[in-house]
Amino acid sequence: MSGPVSISVQGVRKAFRKFPALHGVSLEFEAGRMHGIIGPEGSGKTTLLRILLGLLVPDQGSIAYFEGGRPASLEAIRTRISYMPQTQSLYADLSIKEHLEFFRDLYGIEPADYERKKEELLRVTRLADFQDRPAGHLSGGMYKKLGLMCALLRSPRVMVLDEPTTGVDPISRRELWDLLYRLLEQDILILVTTAYLDEAERCSKVHLVESGVVVASGEPRKLLEAEGARSFDELFIRRAAAQKP
Amino acid sequence: MTQTPAVETRELVVRYGDFTAVDRVSITVERGEIFGFLGANGAGKTTTIRVLCGLLPPTEGFVRVAGIDYEQGERAIKEKVGYMSQRFTLYNDLTVGENLDFIASLRKLEPGYYAHRRRELLDMISFKKGLDATVQELSGGTKQQVSLAAALLHAPEIVFLDEPTAGVTPAGRERFWNLIHLVAERGKTVFVTTHYMDEAEQCGRIALMRDGKLVATDSPAGLKKSVFPEQVFEFDPLQRLSFSELAAFEDHEAFSFFEPYGPRFHAAAASPQTWATWAPQLEKIFRIRPIAPSLEDVFIRAVQVRR
Repeated sequence: MSGPVSISVQGVRKAFRKFPALHGVSLEFEAGRMHGIIGPEGSGKTTLLRILLGLLVPDQGSIAYFEGGRPASLEAIRTRISYMPQTQSLYADLSIKEHLEFFRDLYGIEPADYERKKEELLRVTRLADFQDRPAGHLSGGMYKKLGLMCALLRSPRVMVLDEPTTGVDPISRRELWDLLYRLLEQDILILVTTAYLDEAERCSKVHLVESGVVVASGEPRKLLEAEGARSFDELFIRRAAAQKP
Repeated sequence: MTQTPAVETRELVVRYGDFTAVDRVSITVERGEIFGFLGANGAGKTTTIRVLCGLLPPTEGFVRVAGIDYEQGERAIKEKVGYMSQRFTLYNDLTVGENLDFIASLRKLEPGYYAHRRRELLDMISFKKGLDATVQELSGGTKQQVSLAAALLHAPEIVFLDEPTAGVTPAGRERFWNLIHLVAERGKTVFVTTHYMDEAEQCGRIALMRDGKLVATDSPAGLKKSVFPEQVFEFDPLQRLSFSELAAFEDHEAFSFFEPYGPRFHAAAASPQTWATWAPQLEKIFRIRPIAPSLEDVFIRAVQVRR
């Protein structure tokens, strides 16, 4: 029986050889909310996501998963997590249609569910006219959208999206965000990193990560007010300038 | 002597089998311009750029780049243009020096000139890491700056940049665009595609593509004026609204345009009459302020095919 999933991160530390990536990160990710994890390159965002997914083991600290309010193991909820990594490995020789069929079979999606989901995703991503094009011949943005479609094909309880809209055009970005908002209303937990800081404002909660530390967390507008910035772009450029020697 | 435009196409068509990727596109880009080439994914931007760089023959139409007609030979065009492609420009496993040496050898640059040019370009991008650094050690932003230097190594007249800042941090994007302005100030023509509308604002002129066709070409200010003859407003809910509650306003008769921005939305008044009728009620739900349309609003209205 599956219920809404939430995740609690306590004091997580991770280093790669001598290079520290995360310095004691503690965060609460509630179900039904969209959490934006934003920060400069190399700040530890992807490492954090990979730890949450069980793809990396933290050196210290713990991750607790809850399903329907009760503690659950990662193994128990793994099939209800969808992950879209920043660098995707799609099959260059398979077409968009063949990718979707491959993931349908991999996830064991019922034919009726698959058809409905496929139609919706092709409409939202505006890729319906390109279904027969091999992934190796797609533009950068189209390739990204195909990866996103594969991640959205099953109905997950948790979606982890690492820069899902990089290289995606403004119309498709808008429609993908509409789709994510609709998913939120089904109590899905969405974790997203983004390089488009206007998108950070669309999250329920934003966590600013710098050099492996969460420097601020909160509702986007309150966080901007507290920092005295009009936008996250302004905030980031200002913080980057302040850190220059 | 009058200089020919940097780029000139008339009725350019590119077909892949039955699929028309570029459909009768006519563009003129003057020398020294920063020209933004925008459109949805799959609109035909990269295909057009590949023709303009001499990498793909046009199916039909006239193409002249840096004063050279396509019929005169794509090799002559290649010598006049620099191209920073969307996916690949540098070898990750090679050092910065090795990458630049390789490009210099492909371009058959004379050693003395190459050494001088490399120094000049690395100074321009303020490259601090040594030539021995492998490309995979560089941050995304620095990698793109080195790619730009590589595209400029043979001193092309025109540089084509295909989504040069995708995935780069805001500070990195700002640095990259400072370089674009510097390159243009030094007399080069910059032809650039981007999905970041704040970057598109920095272009002198912008062309908008949809389904292989050119739908508009103008300055950012000109486009805003022509695409939005009516007043645009920002609506900020006085109390938090769910996405469905906000989206329900999309088909409201007061609006001729609706675009959500996170918890807020931009909308254009359908007519002064309907606006006068509805404004008092809307003001009970939203803080409303008149704004200039953003370039994202322009893009969406001009390029979107209604669902």
